[in-house]
Amino acid sequence: MLVSLEWIKDYTDINVSTSEFCEKMVMSGSNLETCTEFCSGIDGVVVGRIEKIEKHPEADKLVICQLNVGKDDLVQIVTGADNIFEGAVVPVALHNSKIPGPLHGAPKTEGETKITKGKLRGVVSNGMLCSAGELGLDEKVVPTAHRDGIWIIEEDVKLGEDIAVALGLTDSVIDFEITPNRPDCLSMIGMAREAAATFNTELKYPETGCKESDEKTEDCIQVEVKSDLCLRYTARVIKDVKIKQSPWWLQKRLIKAGMRPINNIVDITNFVMMEYGQPLHAFDIRSIEGSKIIVDVAKKGDKFTTLDEVERNLSENILMINDAKKAVAIAGVMGGLDSGIMADTTTVIIESATFDKDGIRKASKELGHRTEASGRFEKGIDPNLCVAAADRVCHLIELTESGAVLKDSVDVYPKEYVSVPVKVRVDRVNKVLGIEASRQFMTDVFESLEMTVSGDGNIMIVTPPTVRQDLLIEEDFIEEVARMYGYENLPTTLPKSNAVSGESEHRKLRNIARESLCSMGFNEIQTYSFVSPRGIDKINIDEDSWERAFVELINPLGDENSVMRTILTPNMMDVLARNYSRKIEKVRAFEIGNTFVKNFMNLDGLPDETYSICLGMYGEDVNFFSLKGVIKELLNILGIERLSFIAEKEYGVYHPGRCARIVAHTKDEDVEIGIMGEIHPDVTDNYGISQRVYVCEIMFEIIHELSDREIVFSQLPKYPSTSRDIALLVDEDLEVGKIEETILEASTEILESLKMFDIYKGKQVAEGKKSVAYSLTYRHRDKTLKDADVDMVHENILKALESKLSATLREM
Amino acid sequence: MQEKLTKILSEAKEQLEKATQLSEAEEIRVKFLGKKGELTSILRSMGKLEPEERKKLGMAANNARNEIEAMLEKKKEAVKGKVKDIKLKAEAIDVTEPGKEVELGSKHPITVTIEEMTSIFESMGFSVTEGPEVETVYYNFDALNAEPNHPARDMTDTFYINKDIILRTQTSPVQARTLEKEKPPIMILAPGRCFRCDTPDATHSPMFHQVEGMVVDEGITMGDLRGVLDKFAKDMFGSEVKTKFRPHHFPFTEPSAEMDVSCFKCGGKGCRVCKGSGWIEVLGCGMIHPNVLKVGGIDTEKYTGFAFGIGVERIAMLKYGIDDIRLMYENDMRFISQFK
Repeated sequence: MLVSLEWIKDYTDINVSTSEFCEKMVMSGSNLETCTEFCSGIDGVVVGRIEKIEKHPEADKLVICQLNVGKDDLVQIVTGADNIFEGAVVPVALHNSKIPGPLHGAPKTEGETKITKGKLRGVVSNGMLCSAGELGLDEKVVPTAHRDGIWIIEEDVKLGEDIAVALGLTDSVIDFEITPNRPDCLSMIGMAREAAATFNTELKYPETGCKESDEKTEDCIQVEVKSDLCLRYTARVIKDVKIKQSPWWLQKRLIKAGMRPINNIVDITNFVMMEYGQPLHAFDIRSIEGSKIIVDVAKKGDKFTTLDEVERNLSENILMINDAKKAVAIAGVMGGLDSGIMADTTTVIIESATFDKDGIRKASKELGHRTEASGRFEKGIDPNLCVAAADRVCHLIELTESGAVLKDSVDVYPKEYVSVPVKVRVDRVNKVLGIEASRQFMTDVFESLEMTVSGDGNIMIVTPPTVRQDLLIEEDFIEEVARMYGYENLPTTLPKSNAVSGESEHRKLRNIARESLCSMGFNEIQTYSFVSPRGIDKINIDEDSWERAFVELINPLGDENSVMRTILTPNMMDVLARNYSRKIEKVRAFEIGNTFVKNFMNLDGLPDETYSICLGMYGEDVNFFSLKGVIKELLNILGIERLSFIAEKEYGVYHPGRCARIVAHTKDEDVEIGIMGEIHPDVTDNYGISQRVYVCEIMFEIIHELSDREIVFSQLPKYPSTSRDIALLVDEDLEVGKIEETILEASTEILESLKMFDIYKGKQVAEGKKSVAYSLTYRHRDKTLKDADVDMVHENILKALESKLSATLREM
Repeated sequence: MQEKLTKILSEAKEQLEKATQLSEAEEIRVKFLGKKGELTSILRSMGKLEPEERKKLGMAANNARNEIEAMLEKKKEAVKGKVKDIKLKAEAIDVTEPGKEVELGSKHPITVTIEEMTSIFESMGFSVTEGPEVETVYYNFDALNAEPNHPARDMTDTFYINKDIILRTQTSPVQARTLEKEKPPIMILAPGRCFRCDTPDATHSPMFHQVEGMVVDEGITMGDLRGVLDKFAKDMFGSEVKTKFRPHHFPFTEPSAEMDVSCFKCGGKGCRVCKGSGWIEVLGCGMIHPNVLKVGGIDTEKYTGFAFGIGVERIAMLKYGIDDIRLMYENDMRFISQFK
């Protein structure tokens, strides 16, 4: 919302600097986007009159002007502009002057442009004639008449006067951020009301009185409201309209508010809309048949062409302004192509109406068309503004001698809108804010915002003005007190609550996993929760797998982010691929994140959200077993001690010979907790990675369930241990896991540890066999083991190995 | 005899002095003190002497022996020391050669930032809690006093799964869920992912993180809100930063505010980071709207509360000077490994 400080000063006295104005307004609740000096950077540009124009002897497109700039001597300037004439009053940038805008035809630049005298094709030129754009006006708001060529000034100005002073260009324009609860602030009067309360000054409403002719409006037009989507409809009629340019003071206001001046009638309705926040519409009476306006909803299937020449489909959700025979405008959105103001318009109907905000929102959404007016109606407008705004339009029409205003208005207002008084307790206000303000202070605040206060003692009965439709409950009024008290004046205290900090075991365990993985050299990644459904194809997941049962978005930004991820592996592959393509030699990465699976059993309709841990790596120094080692250590830290890795040959994501399912053993059961392995070469091809990639995905929720992180100290050994190394000759394809299982089964508690230290295939080992070497450490808790004690267990182990796995002992 | 002893002693001394290796010392020992050594043979020949003489000579011989042994010991020590010196000298390394790399991983900057925030609030008594990313319209909007027509509900703003289920647009639904389950005193902090229909660019991401905070108890005031968030700002950005609370509007708080902190890059003088204003907007907050408390079954006469929401990416970007939010989700290892 662009606010000209000059304009605000029409309604209340502001005697502070612009920066103080901005600062105080921000602290009282009007947040500032920007504050700019209008047309700043004009220096040495004056008003001049072209006295004489001569042809340039050397150039067809240039002319030589002699300008009267209020001095004895004329100033000679050469220009290429073609809209000038003798007698035209124009802005003249003299030698050594500065202009803020870019030179005609040049791109927008930062900073000012310096103008100096020079020669154009051999003729001296002592400066430059300026366009509106060169003086810093945005092209969007420059009146059509001034858009091309030099700015021809039609106002009565003094020759030689500084242009900024002559045209009143010196002003601060402040862009306020208006929150959706404060549509009343989308107007100059609304902002002035805030300013008056902030600076404790008086709010002065603009003049609305007019002389009026004897002819009555109701003899000219009748209004019938047939739908409750129209809360009020006020019409006034202006005859003998002369369509012309608005006076500069009015144009200037619109320009500063970011609107382009068009003609007097349109400008006045826009001006009043900016003043009051009340959208207005002007119809040419020639387009209204039967002297009647009927406000009613459209019928489904109706069509209507708006003034932007677009044919629009209507429905019973859309409120229309009709005459006796046809539709002439879409209420609160846009007028019709044929009912607008023309150059030869002589009689105008001014519509000042209020439409239901939800009705307009619906209509605007259905039409797919938003306008300044519909945007305002959507936010809610006080119906009590209609008459004042219509009267103000009439006043300005008389003031600018634009037409004759008919007597009275036609005003259909079925149900008057009144504010509901709200009970506000003095002690409650103080309790919520933590202050000790007096009733008098609060009353002053409310009254400064045009509210009325009654009641006594602790109870204040506060009635807001009808423009403040946001004030409905006690807390709303507490905020009014707070912002005028000043948030900066509130105390700074800490809650006296004795709440004890804590976090869930789930989160704690995730943090432990994260810390551990970082300490093992893995970088944490974070990827989108929504993914492309094609990721699953890319990692070769079977057609009917559960991983494809996606929770789908109905309005995704694109296919890329259209479903919620069921597993993290595709995202991990994307990240590995991206790093690989960026020539990063080795990557160790992990993500701990949510995955989403539909669950129709959930009463609230939400999917199951479960955490997963995904590890991914590639690079020279990694292989299956380095990943396996990380997983074992990680799970150990997370409180899963007993694990098996079971070969998996069918899961398409992984190399069929280099993949394992991870199984945790508990007292009662064996639970699969994840899968790991080397990514299938077809999959790495899909991602453009020509390296071996290792990935693991672990179901965190199961780990959380099984996790036993209780630490029980075991005594340090007091007695010595004995080690026995064995080398076993076994079938080549026997999994060493089987050997370990057999050893553990056949041993007793004196086997303290079992460690494989070598696997050998080759010369000294028979074809189809391999040699696997273990170191077994025996120790007794309560005594020094004798050889015989160890022999007994050791022999048992060897026997079991031989009988179950046909493993024979090999000479070491 | 005495003369002979003196000679042996001086000879031994002389030879030992010349010796540079342990083996030489040993030779000297054998030569003088060994079974066939010179001193030993003197001692052996003493049997022929008179007792008086023998006693006198015996003492002298023993003295000589002790002296040689002491000299030997001293020599051996000296030689050993020298050998050690040589060895140490030989083992000298170039300490400027590079160290063996230890590859510690890094947490994602979002995690780092959230952890920093949670630890600050935990020190004030807040507990960390979480809610689902896929959320009901009820918890995300209805229970938070968002009007049925609030534009944030539009499909142009919010991702929908169906008409009742969405991707949460804020972490605030955790407020509503907590109020339903728990009784005051409540002091919670809820970090998590949020989603809005924003096309990715340097400052927008359709997925981002928020940290939501809520306090509900008897006697909670807006002064407490100021105090808690002021402390957070000082702990997070430095004890010298100042805070500024400006009135604002949110559906679920009343009164509402936005908090700015004085620019921690330029100290408030105005720079690129704060766009010349000296202030940086960091969060939205306010006293919890009574409608929100009521939906959670809280007695609004007895209890009051405040809530706040902080954008994690924004804070991380400001703090670390990251100029493009998309870097957060590209997961380039060279980016992540900077946040050790």
